[in-house]
Amino acid sequence: MFHTVRLVDVYKAYDNGTKALKGVTLRIDDGEFVFLVGPSGSGKSTIIKLLTSEIRPSEGKVMVNGYNINTIKPGAVPMLRRTLGVIFQDFRLIEKKNVFENVAFAMRAVGASPRDIKARVPYVLDLVGLSHKARRRPHELSGGEQQRVAIARALINNPMVIIADEPTGNLDPARSLEIMTLLERINALGTTVLAVTHEKELVNRFAKRVIAIDGGRIVSDKQGGYYAHEQTRR
Amino acid sequence: MNRHVVRYYFTEGFRGIFLHAFSSFAAVGVITACLLIMGSFTLVAVNVQGLVTEMEQSSEIVLWVDESLSDAMAKSIGSRISAFDNVKDAQFISREEAFDSFAEEMGSILMQGLTPEDFQHKYKVFLVDVQYAEETASQLGDLSGVADVELQRELLERLLSIRRVVRMVSVALIAALLIVSLFIMQNTIKLATFERREEIAIMRVVGATKGFIRWPFVVEGFILGTLAGLLAYFTQVFAYDRFEGALADITLTPFSQLWLPVLAVFVLTGFLVGVFGSVMTIRKYLRT
Repeated sequence: MFHTVRLVDVYKAYDNGTKALKGVTLRIDDGEFVFLVGPSGSGKSTIIKLLTSEIRPSEGKVMVNGYNINTIKPGAVPMLRRTLGVIFQDFRLIEKKNVFENVAFAMRAVGASPRDIKARVPYVLDLVGLSHKARRRPHELSGGEQQRVAIARALINNPMVIIADEPTGNLDPARSLEIMTLLERINALGTTVLAVTHEKELVNRFAKRVIAIDGGRIVSDKQGGYYAHEQTRR
Repeated sequence: MNRHVVRYYFTEGFRGIFLHAFSSFAAVGVITACLLIMGSFTLVAVNVQGLVTEMEQSSEIVLWVDESLSDAMAKSIGSRISAFDNVKDAQFISREEAFDSFAEEMGSILMQGLTPEDFQHKYKVFLVDVQYAEETASQLGDLSGVADVELQRELLERLLSIRRVVRMVSVALIAALLIVSLFIMQNTIKLATFERREEIAIMRVVGATKGFIRWPFVVEGFILGTLAGLLAYFTQVFAYDRFEGALADITLTPFSQLWLPVLAVFVLTGFLVGVFGSVMTIRKYLRT
């Protein structure tokens, strides 16, 4: 099986001396749905930054969709990022653009033609259930709808992996469930999903693979719920 | 590069201008003013240069030939004068020619009692470079058969020093104003990038190349800079025309001889200020 993400004995120390990762080894295969859980400052964000090549590891090896993050050249970073779809807790939508334009913008940014944009955006909006709100501005949408626009934007360039960084952090439980269900559906269509979250209830409910990180180390990596990690620690 | 990508760059470039219209307007205004000041000083320098060149071409050293020399000997000095590196031309004027020329200027009444014998053979010497006029005059004065040397030193020196000052002031002013223009353009593009920082961040996340992010800002700088160049040109044409009309005694170099270099320099400077200003500003946002 193709390893979408692979970290081998990765250490990361920042310039201010903070040791964010201390020997992390993990592997995510093509088509998996993985939750990455852990308290604040545990190293989750550092892993995401490594995967998107915002930073490089101090030691160890990081491979993402066939790109070696240790040696990747600046010119290849955009190509790596085109294989990833990133979703943020705060949605990061452009207020001045409507739903269609927000999604189309990501496609245009990689040089897609207007014809391709016209064909693909409605398809993806339909996938996230927002076809009827294509002309609305972000402020006219609920939090859950805004996050669905962000998911559509992450999906538009057909990425191999979706990285969702606390995608339900700003949503109520009902909307959170809705977003996770949508991510699960996307995963069922073949896209690998890595979801970083704090929400135990949600993690338990989906019973996927859960990687728990604490103090820069992987403390548990099991198929099942979040509590599996807590049980291991007891 | 795809057609639709180029269209995107231009659409976004224009959008950027109107997104922060006041700052764009201010940038065009300041750059136009800088170009105008630069242009005006350059045109003054060009005219002073023209005047100096004209004076140089017409300025001469007069060599008086020793009266004891025969006509043939006086003429033979010509080859030795022409052998000097700084001598462009040496015209021999015989005493007869000097007499005729004087008679023509003064009229027959004043010439009564005068004969060519009262005049002296002389040479009119034209120089290659008047900066070395004094040195050349002194060397020519040492030639045997030359009785005296006459050099219009003061006027030449004054003109040369004016040319030096104008040249120095122009260069200093152009350098200073170029820096001001670049700074203004950088500020405008900085504002543009600040207003679109979210878009830039998202573009980076989804995998836009640095070039793709950079180009709309470069286009914006290019449009603003070129527009400022054109505006400065037309204002300069108008100002030169007015200035020329106001100066009755001095003939300026006709603008018909200057329009092409002025237009080219204004548009090119505006273009370069716009493009470099944008590129320098956007670099900061594109560090991976």
